[in-house]
Amino acid sequence: MAAHYSSPEITFHPEHTGTTKRIWRTFWVLSVLTILELAIGLLIYNIHKGENPNHTLVLGFKGMVCILTLAKAYYIVSVFMHLGDEVRNLIMTIVVPLCLFIWFIAAFLWDGNSWKTLRNRYNGTTPIEKVVPAAKEKGAKD
Amino acid sequence: MSTAAVQQGTKWWSGGRSPFNASYGKVMMWYFLMSDAFTFGAFLISYGTIRFSVNNWADPNHVFNSFPFAGHMNLPLAFVSLMTFILIASSVTMVLAVHEGHNMNRKGVEKYMILTIIGGLAFLSCQAWEWTHLLTGEHIALLSDGTLSVLPTTVKANPWGTALPHEAIAAALQTTPHDQLASIAATLQHGGEVHNVAAMSNADLIKFIESSDIHASNTGPIAFGGYFFGITGFHGFHVFSGVVINIVMLTKTRLGHFDERGHYEMIEKAGLYWHFVDLVWVFVFLCFYLI
Repeated sequence: MAAHYSSPEITFHPEHTGTTKRIWRTFWVLSVLTILELAIGLLIYNIHKGENPNHTLVLGFKGMVCILTLAKAYYIVSVFMHLGDEVRNLIMTIVVPLCLFIWFIAAFLWDGNSWKTLRNRYNGTTPIEKVVPAAKEKGAKD
Repeated sequence: MSTAAVQQGTKWWSGGRSPFNASYGKVMMWYFLMSDAFTFGAFLISYGTIRFSVNNWADPNHVFNSFPFAGHMNLPLAFVSLMTFILIASSVTMVLAVHEGHNMNRKGVEKYMILTIIGGLAFLSCQAWEWTHLLTGEHIALLSDGTLSVLPTTVKANPWGTALPHEAIAAALQTTPHDQLASIAATLQHGGEVHNVAAMSNADLIKFIESSDIHASNTGPIAFGGYFFGITGFHGFHVFSGVVINIVMLTKTRLGHFDERGHYEMIEKAGLYWHFVDLVWVFVFLCFYLI
């Protein structure tokens, strides 16, 4: 028998999917995802230890870890925080503003990468191309 | 889906009911967590920007490779996975406490709140150990003046640059002053026979250092320590305040406040905060330890 905060403002009480079965299933999903992440992390470590690490491969594995992390975040928010059981209005008021992160991440990492490119171009080891001033003609007036 | 239970055509926005079908407190907790997500997001994105802007960043598998009581064993990712599992487990006990609250089972709420608090304290202890280990760690790095020195990982020092080749170490040792040589020798003689390093001559010290298995590296970007201690510290502070909130909730449960009120919604709101702390850790774990 469930007891809830009641007020005329609350139209209905979402079924918090009664049993603890779903909670434990989510726990196992999160554990398996974490173990997969760790396995990929160790794989990256071993690729790095090798003679000629394949950077594209490492980047691919890092991308996979990011996707696994997003899956974990989805399970925590949707099941543990019960956002998945709430009405659509509440879900949207939280999720839509967070979409700003998509551009936020893209723009800033792009900017950082651009700094690296510029720094490597002008870091002093490669001299900045100097424009040689045109030789003055003899007798020319200043 | 539970939304299907709502009558079709419910007019959510015409007044008289919460358009979010939730109490004021719960909606505000969600908005607070959203703003907190932007704060953490800004920190992590700033870290990513700086990391993308330099050629070499500290390799997490080298920085975080120790475990309490394991000595100098190389165990990459081991300790941080323990911390991650502690936090996931305490998230599960928290959601079980919320569940017991729905069933108005006071004893159950108490039990799971106690377990959640223990999980939070265990996580904080792990973090304290990790910070101590980094702040007092001794790693040999090449300073900008061309000498070798023993450096910890702090907001001002980062000994985790690229590895130095042996010739470069030998050359740098020649210009390193006596006190720095002595501290390097003292670091290296862990486990071996103990010399009185301060009394040894420079030539003897160099001979001893070169005969030991010396690993040295360039210094890394100074921003590493600031970002690591800043972001994990901010997260640790959230864990700490979460533990305090959970203790308050446990006390109120024991005093029977929620039974008087007729519902355990406060446990739900504290639970939202606690799960958020776990959520942030998932991303901190990704950004600092995995990639």
